[in-house]
Amino acid sequence: MNRRFITLTLALMLLVVGVNAQKIKGSDSVLPLSQKLAEAYAKSGGRASVTGGGSGVGIAALMDGSTDIAQSSRKMKFGERAKLIAKKKKIEEVVVAYDALAVVVNPNNKVSKLTRQQLEDIFTGKITNWKQVGGDDMRIIVYSRETSSGTYEFFKELVLKNKNYKASVLSMPATGAIIQSIKQTKGAIGYVGLAYLNSEVKTINVSFDEKNFYAPTLENSKNGTYPIVRPLLYYYDINKTKVVNPFKNFVLSAKGQSIVSQVGYIPVK
Amino acid sequence: MRKKMFRGRKYFIEALWEGLLKISGSVTSIIIILIVLFLFSEGLGLFKKDVIEEGYVLAVNKDNPIKDLNSQQIKDVFDVKIESWKELGVDVKDDKIILLRLDDIPNYVPEEEIAEDMSNLDTIINNIIEANPGMIAFVPRDFTQKGFNAKILDLGTINLKEFVTGKEWFPTAHPAAQFGVMPIVLGTLWVSLGAILFALPFGLAVAIYSAELANKRVHKILKPVIELLAGIPSVVYGFFGLIVIVPLIQKAFNLDVGETGLAGSIVLAIMALPTIITIAEDALRSTPRAMKEASLALGANKWQTILKVTIPYSISGITAGVVLGIGRAIGETMAVLMVTGNAAVIPHTLLEPVRTIPATIAAELGEAPKGGAHYEALFILGCILFIITLIINLVVEYISYKNKNKVA
Repeated sequence: MNRRFITLTLALMLLVVGVNAQKIKGSDSVLPLSQKLAEAYAKSGGRASVTGGGSGVGIAALMDGSTDIAQSSRKMKFGERAKLIAKKKKIEEVVVAYDALAVVVNPNNKVSKLTRQQLEDIFTGKITNWKQVGGDDMRIIVYSRETSSGTYEFFKELVLKNKNYKASVLSMPATGAIIQSIKQTKGAIGYVGLAYLNSEVKTINVSFDEKNFYAPTLENSKNGTYPIVRPLLYYYDINKTKVVNPFKNFVLSAKGQSIVSQVGYIPVK
Repeated sequence: MRKKMFRGRKYFIEALWEGLLKISGSVTSIIIILIVLFLFSEGLGLFKKDVIEEGYVLAVNKDNPIKDLNSQQIKDVFDVKIESWKELGVDVKDDKIILLRLDDIPNYVPEEEIAEDMSNLDTIINNIIEANPGMIAFVPRDFTQKGFNAKILDLGTINLKEFVTGKEWFPTAHPAAQFGVMPIVLGTLWVSLGAILFALPFGLAVAIYSAELANKRVHKILKPVIELLAGIPSVVYGFFGLIVIVPLIQKAFNLDVGETGLAGSIVLAIMALPTIITIAEDALRSTPRAMKEASLALGANKWQTILKVTIPYSISGITAGVVLGIGRAIGETMAVLMVTGNAAVIPHTLLEPVRTIPATIAAELGEAPKGGAHYEALFILGCILFIITLIINLVVEYISYKNKNKVA
């Protein structure tokens, strides 16, 4: 009798915990942030389980209800929204942080500013020498992330206007490797998240309107003048608001946002 | 009587052992065959996939005579490299190609006109295409249903020829992914060949020195050091390569970029060395003393004995070491991923960045949606890698078989 009672209580407890655990799935760029947030959330008594897989995977999981929150490093695509509408699901979108990408070159490079059009031409292969953009006579070596990376897609959409990178782009498996390579290659150019910047590489001021150039700093990204910024988002089903709210509020709280800065992203508040 | 029973039990245990060994042998072979079958069955689905991204279509104005586009042309059109219909060989009223993606729709129609549930999107897309004779639209199939009379291009499926001879690898390009494996296969071959050229003479030299010429004390130090090399994780080799070898090559050859096939070859050669050396050395040492002494007694000197007796006798062991070393070089992922630059262009020399098969699989499989064209293409790359190693193994096997016959 007694033993049965204990088993029953245990089972019930497990069930309660199971119900309360938030399932978060999606972008690998948001993954480290969500993990840190989930750890801190666990200390304050909540439970959240985080898995990666890519933004698209998270949103697909949201569609079939196998996750509570889809974490995404890009806005939902038109096609994805259309699919959700077809399934009669209403989805809420929360921006939890911003991530800025800095364009970086070798410290010895004279060039310090580029327009979007110039960046597009460099990354798609129309411009191949630094002297075409006001630098020394030196071949441009383009470094990029791997095709599987969300950063690759984001840069392609925003800066290259959906055109493909040139085929001879050198793709590196990690941001650290890009920094290392740019440090030791004179004609190199690449892009990295703001959090990874250090003195070994030089940042480029970027202009999207051909007039005003902005440096990739935390301030410029916060006040919206620096153009290569992407939101990191959480998507959830409106019907699940009640389940999701405690975690969402924690993320947007002062403590949650301080974790955002710790991880190296830009807080929303 | 008792003795007989005991013997019977002994036979039984022996038979049991024999059976167990037989079973484990056959289970291993069956599993290997199943893995190969799995590779091929996952990969071959690629040639049933549409050229265009799943769930999408390319639509043009109904007066446009264009019939067929290959995936390369589609990519060039959407990268604005091909800007007029004439370049594609057709005459259209407005010769300039206008692209339409879903995200461009608000540029043509005010957002208020799009119904909130997007139910009128079919008609909207249809009207936009009708108004622009030179337009090509990349839209989801779902929005081309009711009242849609623009021409939907029938582009067929990914074909083997484009896969094998294609020169571009853009597995995530929209609307048509490019799966040209040529640069990647050639990259793998270049890097592996380079690695073998470095590792083979070095490895054999060290093995012969250590087995035949080195005195006991040198051997006692040399052997553990070489075996230690085998224990270093490949990612450490990769990091070492990126920080030391890459800048070195860049300076030595005065290159724009140091991440080259050569860097990959050198790192791989270092990684393959311990395997080649240990196995070849053990093989050399297995030559019976009597044979060597017989050779010396006949008046042959040390070198002649090594060349004419020791090496021919242990050739099959040496070959095994070489095969294992090459196998490691071709299949190695992490170290190569870090030092070769991974640019998918056809390499003409070892001093250019290359992309290899294992690096491609490792870098891309994580984000390729399961069952999609990209996923299947990566599996086919796995099959190609398997076939390459199989061919090398068979060739080496054949050579050593021939040599052995000669000696006998």
